[in-house]
Amino acid sequence: MSRRKLDRRQFVAATAAASAVMITAPYVRGAYAAGKLSIGFWDHWVPGANDASTELCKEWAAKEKVDLEIDYITSQGNKNLVTIAAEAQAKSGHDIFQMPTWWCHSNSDLMEPVNDIMEPIIQENGAVNDTVKYLGMLDGKWMGVPACVGSQIKGPCSRIDLMKKHAGIDVQEMYPAGGPPKAENWTTDTFLKAAEACHKAGVPFGIGLGETSDNVDTAGAFFKAFGAELVNAKGDLTVKTDAVRQVLEFYKKLIAFLPPDVGAWDDASNNKWLIAGKGALIMNPPSAWAVAKRDAPQVAEQCWTHGFPAGPKGRFAPFLPYFWSIWSFSKNKPAAKSLLVHLSKPSSIEKMVDASGGYDLPAFEKLTKLKIWVEQGPPKGTIFHYPDPYQQQVLSIAASPAPPKVAQQIYFQATQTKMCLRYAQGESLEKTLTWAEGECEGFLRS
Amino acid sequence: MVDTAIGETAAARPRKAAGRSSLRKALKRKSTTAFLMTLPLILLIALLVVYPAFYSVHLATLNKSMQRFVGFGNFEFLFKRDTFWLVVKQSCIFAITAVVFKALIGFIVAHFVHNIPAKGQRKWRGMLLVPWVIPPAMSTLAWLWLFDPSYSAFNYTLGFFGIGPIPWTGDAAWARFSVILVNVWYGAPFFMIMYLAALKSVPEQLYEAAAIDGANWWQRIWYVTLPMMRNIIAITTLFSLIVTFANFDIVRILTAGGPLDKTHIFATWAFRVGIEGSDIPLGASVSLFMVPILAVAAIFILRDVNKRGNES
Repeated sequence: MSRRKLDRRQFVAATAAASAVMITAPYVRGAYAAGKLSIGFWDHWVPGANDASTELCKEWAAKEKVDLEIDYITSQGNKNLVTIAAEAQAKSGHDIFQMPTWWCHSNSDLMEPVNDIMEPIIQENGAVNDTVKYLGMLDGKWMGVPACVGSQIKGPCSRIDLMKKHAGIDVQEMYPAGGPPKAENWTTDTFLKAAEACHKAGVPFGIGLGETSDNVDTAGAFFKAFGAELVNAKGDLTVKTDAVRQVLEFYKKLIAFLPPDVGAWDDASNNKWLIAGKGALIMNPPSAWAVAKRDAPQVAEQCWTHGFPAGPKGRFAPFLPYFWSIWSFSKNKPAAKSLLVHLSKPSSIEKMVDASGGYDLPAFEKLTKLKIWVEQGPPKGTIFHYPDPYQQQVLSIAASPAPPKVAQQIYFQATQTKMCLRYAQGESLEKTLTWAEGECEGFLRS
Repeated sequence: MVDTAIGETAAARPRKAAGRSSLRKALKRKSTTAFLMTLPLILLIALLVVYPAFYSVHLATLNKSMQRFVGFGNFEFLFKRDTFWLVVKQSCIFAITAVVFKALIGFIVAHFVHNIPAKGQRKWRGMLLVPWVIPPAMSTLAWLWLFDPSYSAFNYTLGFFGIGPIPWTGDAAWARFSVILVNVWYGAPFFMIMYLAALKSVPEQLYEAAAIDGANWWQRIWYVTLPMMRNIIAITTLFSLIVTFANFDIVRILTAGGPLDKTHIFATWAFRVGIEGSDIPLGASVSLFMVPILAVAAIFILRDVNKRGNES
């Protein structure tokens, strides 16, 4: 074997070249120079809605030279919740995860603060409501960026014809498409009278009292309308108050006008109730209407989504926001933040809202009057008032303002719907209150 | 099985260093070979069963935020909660009722199948096993539609006879009945197939002897069949009791624990508290509550089975 001799000049030249490559390498932008980023998005139920998110992410990744991996995780069977629990335990997983309502707080120790990006986003898109702050902020730190994808208001979706015929209420006149609501008379008393009239006519309101989200959200908004809190913001028990007694009396009257099986309803029951043409009103985002448009067009043509009735303490509507959060164990936080800024641009938000057919709701003040809500139909303007464009409702979540970790227990144990059902089924009011107080006392454990 | 070395005998081998020789001997034993062959499975079980089990014990000893060791604090907390005792009561009702009916139906159907001529028996066995081989999450969905609060197919049919509508999942008593019914439907074929195997192993001579002694059908069952099937009944019951106590899918899909928590069992309530309520330590404590009780039951039943095995 021949050995080539390296002279001094060659050695110096080779060393210089190698050093130059090593020094400049980090500054050369290869295909994935900015590293990897993995995202766990909520799997949208609207066909094609995921595509808009994918496109936006890919567009950003190509520009920023990031190797992107997106998983769409369904909330069917709570698969997303199980994944969150597993990633939190393992302290490993996606960089960004789309957290439902309570999950920023329940994983607050593992959430990367995003104040630095939230401030400019709010400046550009407008302020967020108090429920978003309540669910996404802890001690002045933002634990996630409000995601429009999946965020929803669960207001009333009424049948125009049945409400007019049996309850004498013209919901289109009350909530005109393209104009501000004229809903001064749309109160809990009017609601109760309408429920009674529709019940007598054989088309009762479809409001569930089971233990799933739709049922709990409706009860929560009515509790709010009466000023009823089970645990206050300081964490004190406030079950045995007049406001709670009043809302239970209201619900007892209402339950008498609902279908007899509402205690067993889940989140699909109210949708089926509306689509099957059995009832005059349900409390739901426009998903039921969207399915009716496909499966029962004659029902969809008569649907109108509008605001909640006002109670003695105001007009409250259930709002369930999602958050895009960055795990503290993420290995590429700067890239994650950059992507979230991109997804929060008004043009990106509009693209995602359009892809969902108007189902997704931005949490920002300036983005409640997008074209999609004006144009959707039939009937045209059916979801114009879905995003509460005139901010006439207080967007709230059931069990608030209790400290979020306590409220989450009240919410998932469905304490409010159980109270209503117990009392309506004949239990004494005081016994129901004592039971609820015992439950809430248990939820206060730390 | 005789546990001997494979191949050449120890006496024929030249003497080597004591350590190497004993290692070689050990490696040549059938039991060592068997152990090495099952080692991947043992490791898999250790990874997927033993580790999570110990991890859940660890979780059950932490406080809600999982930052502090609280020992039995979570159990002390649970013992003071009315809902927990409701869940304990319901789990016992659910598991015991379901296992009794599964065993009873399995026993009766096994006898029917046993008496079918051998030619057509395989067909019946296959058909009767169908509920057990369908993943319960899927079959329970079908049951959910049958029991649907507003559109129940059962109620629709009963309506033709002027009966109902029955609140299958809306009333506490009916909801309990519904979840137990589905569990029995799903689990009875397992008992049937186990009992059928046991029936086939009972020597025919015993029945002939009983017939000569003038035993009627009941006496044949009581004095011949049941004693011969005792071990299989005990083991099947124990196994089913454990699985039924740990059931999740049927209740979760049919009622999710409602109405008013009246169908919650340990697993569904643990999920509600631990995953949905983000109190993982408390959820782990709920799911571990039955472990010592079932472990004691298992020890007694298996000891009894072992004793009878030695006697025979």
